[in-house]
Amino acid sequence: MIEISHVSHQIAGASILSDVSLTIPRGGITALIGPNGAGKSTLLSLIARLTPLQGGQITVDGADVTMTPTDALARRLSILRQDNSVAARLTVADLVGFGRYPHHKGRPTAEDRVHVEQALEMMGLHPLSGRFLDELSGGQRQRAFVAMVLAQDTDYVLLDEPLNNLDMKHARQMMERLKEAAQASGKSFVIVVHDINFAAAYADLIVALKDGRLHSLGTPEEIVNRPCLRDVFELDIAVETVGGHPFALHQIAPEPLVDT
Amino acid sequence: MPSDSAASLPFAAQRAMRIKPLVILAVLALAAVVLFLTLGVPAGAWEFALSFRTGKLVGLILVAFAIATSTQLFHAATRNQILTPAIMGFDALYLMIQTSLVFGMGAMATLDIDPLVKFTAEVLVMMGFSTALFLWLFTARSRDLHLLVLVGIIFGTLFRSLSNFISRMIDPNEFVVVQGAMFARFNTVNIDLLWISIGLTTLTLPVLWHMRHQFDVLALGRETAIGLGLRYRRVMFAAFGMIGLLVSVSTALVGPVTFFGLLVVHLAYRILPGARFAPTLLASSLIAIITLVGGQAVYEHVLGLQGTLSVVIDALGGITFLYLLLKGVRR
Repeated sequence: MIEISHVSHQIAGASILSDVSLTIPRGGITALIGPNGAGKSTLLSLIARLTPLQGGQITVDGADVTMTPTDALARRLSILRQDNSVAARLTVADLVGFGRYPHHKGRPTAEDRVHVEQALEMMGLHPLSGRFLDELSGGQRQRAFVAMVLAQDTDYVLLDEPLNNLDMKHARQMMERLKEAAQASGKSFVIVVHDINFAAAYADLIVALKDGRLHSLGTPEEIVNRPCLRDVFELDIAVETVGGHPFALHQIAPEPLVDT
Repeated sequence: MPSDSAASLPFAAQRAMRIKPLVILAVLALAAVVLFLTLGVPAGAWEFALSFRTGKLVGLILVAFAIATSTQLFHAATRNQILTPAIMGFDALYLMIQTSLVFGMGAMATLDIDPLVKFTAEVLVMMGFSTALFLWLFTARSRDLHLLVLVGIIFGTLFRSLSNFISRMIDPNEFVVVQGAMFARFNTVNIDLLWISIGLTTLTLPVLWHMRHQFDVLALGRETAIGLGLRYRRVMFAAFGMIGLLVSVSTALVGPVTFFGLLVVHLAYRILPGARFAPTLLASSLIAIITLVGGQAVYEHVLGLQGTLSVVIDALGGITFLYLLLKGVRR
């Protein structure tokens, strides 16, 4: 599990995270939600040691992320960032192949190639594997970057807005594949999603951040309801139940509640 | 799930595709070397010509390798393919050292300094500049590489203006000494400095070989590289240290060449699209050798030293630069 204790972070004097403590369990999908600027991406960067920790402590299965050798951590935890771009000219297969770097350090084995194939398969990228990244659409490129992170084959996978640029079909497919992977191999996914209904339908645990603080944490039913969402997003959102999942109708203003 | 052999097929095919252009480049480079050594040697002067030309040849090959390597390292470290180390003000610093020496000590005294001492000092100053910029960048709060590049441009302008200012105060007769250093001079490679240059350049070879895969990961950018477990600071430090050393060697041997690196490295990118650091480096070094040694052979022995090769190379490189800018190449 990932244990975050008393983490605070400032950028140029502005407080981004203040005294966040929470435990992300092993296995399953944990969704981070919250308004823009709540500190979701910063928290992921801190867990993945992309940003130096200023205060507090973060451990992954007991290993302190600031003390663990970075290459050892790369075999245990991977991260997809929000904005991905690569200056070098790479094919999809090459990019996904880089996901295996922590394991082979430049000399890929047959096993590495199998992992690359699986990741390409999982993201439906086989027909595109020989294409260069700058010849792809935004959504195809996004899938290639997710495939790279999946090829890294780590116990913990942090995904910052993996559904960026994806159409409905691929967004649903990706969430289904992540869910399958979490159930089949016991991997833990921590994802930042903006469409709260994806969190409600696929996440095992939802963590709500607001203004750099932990607002609430619970099952989809506990978080995705009208009072809680109003508090987190400062927006009145009607919530219906569809197929056992709470469903937020956030696109339109709801009828005002009479009993409050 | 496709079988193992099917999975590895594209990799093998890719490798085969890359060997052919490299072999062709190697043959062309060899031809350039032979041409350079044998073209227009008068009968009976073989022994003298060969020993004289070999020293020059080694110098040109060193310069070719140093420029190609430093440019490619710079591209990997800064994640851009348009800028070269020259834009960080290396050539300008070199000119400033030259003009300051002549101004401070007079032309005669400058010419009297032991070339070895002068060279060592130049390499140290230039490496110090590169490392200082790098350290400053990484101890500062911002880790923005665009900032590094901007600072480089500003330093370059500062050094250029300073050396212009100093050269205005120099006696016109003494200025001639400086002027010689202001343009790349492939005709008069500084043979005295060959041995120390060979030594310094050879130092980088095992490091480059050992770290070749790490430079591939470095080119993916800071966050992705750290995510893949690269020891980012260490690799950046190695890259910038070698850039400083290699640019120093090439600048001290033949003077500043602004666009040469851009030209050869982009030709290599075109010939081996999507290739890794090591094969691309081999290709760009070979292209640099073909251009420099082949071009110099033609200039010296066919055109009889009419014109300056560096002007032609910089003109071609400048056109490439404009073309890349207009095409909006990936930054």
